[in-house]
Amino acid sequence: MISTGIQTAAYLLASILFILSLGGLSSQQSAKRGVIYGIVGMAIAILSTLLGKEVEGHIYIIVALAVASVIGITVARKVEMTSMPQLVAILHSFVGLAAVLVGFGSYLDPQTHELMGSERNIHLVEVYIGVFIGAVTFTGSIIAWGKLEGKIMSKALIYKGRHAVNILIMLVTIVLGVRFGMADGTNGLIDLSIMTVLAAFLGVMLVMAIGGADMPVVVSMLNSYSGWAAAAAGFMLSNDLLIVTGALVGSSGAILSIIMCEAMNRSFFSVIFGGFGNTSSSSSAKIEGEVTSISHLEMAELIQESQSVVIVPGYGMAVAKAQYPINELVEYLKGKGKTVHFGIHPVAGRLPGHMNVLLAEANVPYDIVLEMDEINPDLPETDVVMVIGANDIVNPAAIEDTGSPIYGMPVIEVWKAKKVIVMKRSMAAGYAGIENPLFYKDNADMLYGDAKESVVSILHHLNNK
Amino acid sequence: MIVGIPKELLPDELRVAATPTTVKRLLKQGFDVCIETNAGERSGFSDKSFQEAGARMVSSAKELYQLTDIVLKVQAPTSGEVDLIKGGTITLSYLWPAQNPELLKKLADRKINAIAMDAIPRISRAQKMDVLSSMANIAGYRAVIEAANHYGKFLNGQITAAGKVEPAKVLVIGAGVAGLAAIGAARSLGAIVRAFDTRKEVAEQISSMGAQFLTVEIEEDGATASGYSKVMSQAFIDAEMELFRKQAQEVDIIITTAQIPGREAPKLLFDYHVAAMKPGSVIVDLAASSGGNCTLTKPNEIYTTSNGVTVVGKVSQLPAQASQLYGNNLCHLLDDMGQAKNFKIDWNDDVVKRAMVTHNGVVNWPPEPLPVSSAKPKTDTATEMLAQKNLKEQKAKKKARSSAIGLVVVALLLLGLGQVAPSDFMGHFTVFVLAVFVGWQVIWNVTHALHTPLMSVTNAISGIIIIGGLLQMQVELSSPMTILAFVAVLVASINIVGGFLVTHRMLKMFRK
Repeated sequence: MISTGIQTAAYLLASILFILSLGGLSSQQSAKRGVIYGIVGMAIAILSTLLGKEVEGHIYIIVALAVASVIGITVARKVEMTSMPQLVAILHSFVGLAAVLVGFGSYLDPQTHELMGSERNIHLVEVYIGVFIGAVTFTGSIIAWGKLEGKIMSKALIYKGRHAVNILIMLVTIVLGVRFGMADGTNGLIDLSIMTVLAAFLGVMLVMAIGGADMPVVVSMLNSYSGWAAAAAGFMLSNDLLIVTGALVGSSGAILSIIMCEAMNRSFFSVIFGGFGNTSSSSSAKIEGEVTSISHLEMAELIQESQSVVIVPGYGMAVAKAQYPINELVEYLKGKGKTVHFGIHPVAGRLPGHMNVLLAEANVPYDIVLEMDEINPDLPETDVVMVIGANDIVNPAAIEDTGSPIYGMPVIEVWKAKKVIVMKRSMAAGYAGIENPLFYKDNADMLYGDAKESVVSILHHLNNK
Repeated sequence: MIVGIPKELLPDELRVAATPTTVKRLLKQGFDVCIETNAGERSGFSDKSFQEAGARMVSSAKELYQLTDIVLKVQAPTSGEVDLIKGGTITLSYLWPAQNPELLKKLADRKINAIAMDAIPRISRAQKMDVLSSMANIAGYRAVIEAANHYGKFLNGQITAAGKVEPAKVLVIGAGVAGLAAIGAARSLGAIVRAFDTRKEVAEQISSMGAQFLTVEIEEDGATASGYSKVMSQAFIDAEMELFRKQAQEVDIIITTAQIPGREAPKLLFDYHVAAMKPGSVIVDLAASSGGNCTLTKPNEIYTTSNGVTVVGKVSQLPAQASQLYGNNLCHLLDDMGQAKNFKIDWNDDVVKRAMVTHNGVVNWPPEPLPVSSAKPKTDTATEMLAQKNLKEQKAKKKARSSAIGLVVVALLLLGLGQVAPSDFMGHFTVFVLAVFVGWQVIWNVTHALHTPLMSVTNAISGIIIIGGLLQMQVELSSPMTILAFVAVLVASINIVGGFLVTHRMLKMFRK
């Protein structure tokens, strides 16, 4: 048993460690230290709680921890880096679920009903909000997981009057909330449960309405929600550690969402409510030119002759797991004295920073992996750009065509290079569902086929030269 | 003082030591200028243009040499010319003092103060008078033009409607001034350029010109204190020959520029190299005048070998341009020596001390060695850093503004809430707002590349909600609270364990 004072001190220490943990991610060198801080902080928080006098039923806790550890370790070990977005999404749903459960638990706690007056009201509001956010996060994350996993169609589900339905749900939620606050004892349980179901439905609808290309925003938004859910739980339990941690995570997710939205030149609200991913082509400019294709052999010859190569990967690289042969190709080219860089668009992939993780997995040194703003000025001097499984993030319509739905979105300006090779499975449009005039440019050639097989084939031709 | 420019006697020499432009400069420096008639004929400058510039035309060399105090020439004076020059005259010309000891002796005997333009030391101050560099620059450029002329195909690669054209591959041997100029010219025509040099320090210069630096797997640096290359060991030469043999099979054009001052040019390409080349290939040997880098080079001749390789042993001098640059070099030297008014032979001047090979009847050759550093300062870094600093400042300003707005909003919200909420809640709320603020500050520093690890680590940390479950756990298993708490603890711990582990796994992969 430890005193409340020591427990508070331990919580403070844990909070500091969590802040240091997130601060550590400012660079690759300090990131590993950051994770250690996080683990230590978590251990301190859990131990000091367990040693506190309020905790009962240690045996159940130990069982739960043991089971969860086995599951957590297995999942974390097995997950492939390409399916990282799915893992992150499903983990968000767990936090949401836990927040709902803790909210219900807190409402059923007899201590709650010893509270009087405004203190009781505030507490009930906290519970209500906590459960609401938790439920939205829970179902929203599950839908996001389903979309990323391919179990649910990734197209945006939009029906008429969906804004009205959402507003109605919100109104009903507020009415239920008032009833819930007025109810004596645990009589409000029914209102709380109905609200939970409504919130769960709202979570489903919110994410269903968002197209595949916006997944990075959705995932970071849910990340933010899971943080707010934890913070709300902290308010219910008057626990500052939960509040601090929840707030940290919440603002982290919010910032990520903002960064992602900036990268797509869209406001946060238009992503959440817009159902952008399904906009059909309404481009005002006519695309001129002809699509030309190139063979693997010609491609090999082309990069053999170039001095500087930039590779722009997209989700297609992740799908095909092409990062390993790409790394081999990079090593080969560097061995020949050519300069090779990667250009990463902030929203490439399905998760913020997804491409960086995949390239790191394949041992690509991170100092040749550049951000969009770093690579764009170099492109006019570049001999060949290889676009691998990316589409919308290299679409010149974003700059040239004011009528395009993605007009104004910052893109990697690959067409400024001397030669662009687009490696793609087919001529199909990207997630944004719009035509890409890049394919029609004179200096652009298509190389059809699975990204991985294509790169392997190019490597084969290079090595046989 | 009168400066005289005679007509060059050597029939292959197309240049002249002055042009109308440099005549004007000389006049401005206070000299009087006399020029032998027809001196500029072969480089395209008429007597009329010289006269218009202000020069006095003199009909014969004999007359000219009698008039002048300073003689400007391109080629070293022949024995006959030396006889015409009066004692005490200063001459500026190529002399190749190491190869011409007899000429030096004769000049000294005649009490002629001869300055060898090819002996100007390679120090920073003397770059403007360095005729070897200015002429090498022209030669390097012209070598590529000659090569392209005899090659008979595109140098650049093209993908046209009629089919694909391969770019030509050019190998430049020796990356001195001529080599670098050749690299630049070949690159600008679109060829793929590789370059070899025994001096490791030029690797950077080669790649800055856009060529690939070829090297052999033997650690030996050919750089010397004088800035020229030295003779390498046998093992190195063997490796070098093997490299050239492989390259010869691949490349379409070879340009050799290797020269070691005062010696015959090193032989770098042998019969078997030439035999290995594809028909239609071209070798341009810029060292042809000092014996050639290629064994098959015939000086002043262009011919095609039996296997169809064109060997160019003669490169046009672009006489008008070359005369202009050479004339400028001479002007700079005269300028440094005090112009007409204060003209003197300053024996403390490093340039004069080394380049004036005969003085008052004494042969001053070889001079004491003068080590030079060839490290070139990087000029661009300062301005680049300034620009970056400005950009950073702008970003910082923007950031400061947005956080100020955020602060105001937070303050207003807090005030409003303080009106209604109990103090206990306000305490927690303070903590909450401060934490949001801290999080906001911290997360913006996270690098883009680490966004996925950031998500998974925040995921793990948001598993802190486990505390809620822990606090609600009851002793009786049947209590609904215990069941809720049990599930909450379970899922939250999956989050914690899985989140941290997967983050750790990801971060382990990042390597420099």
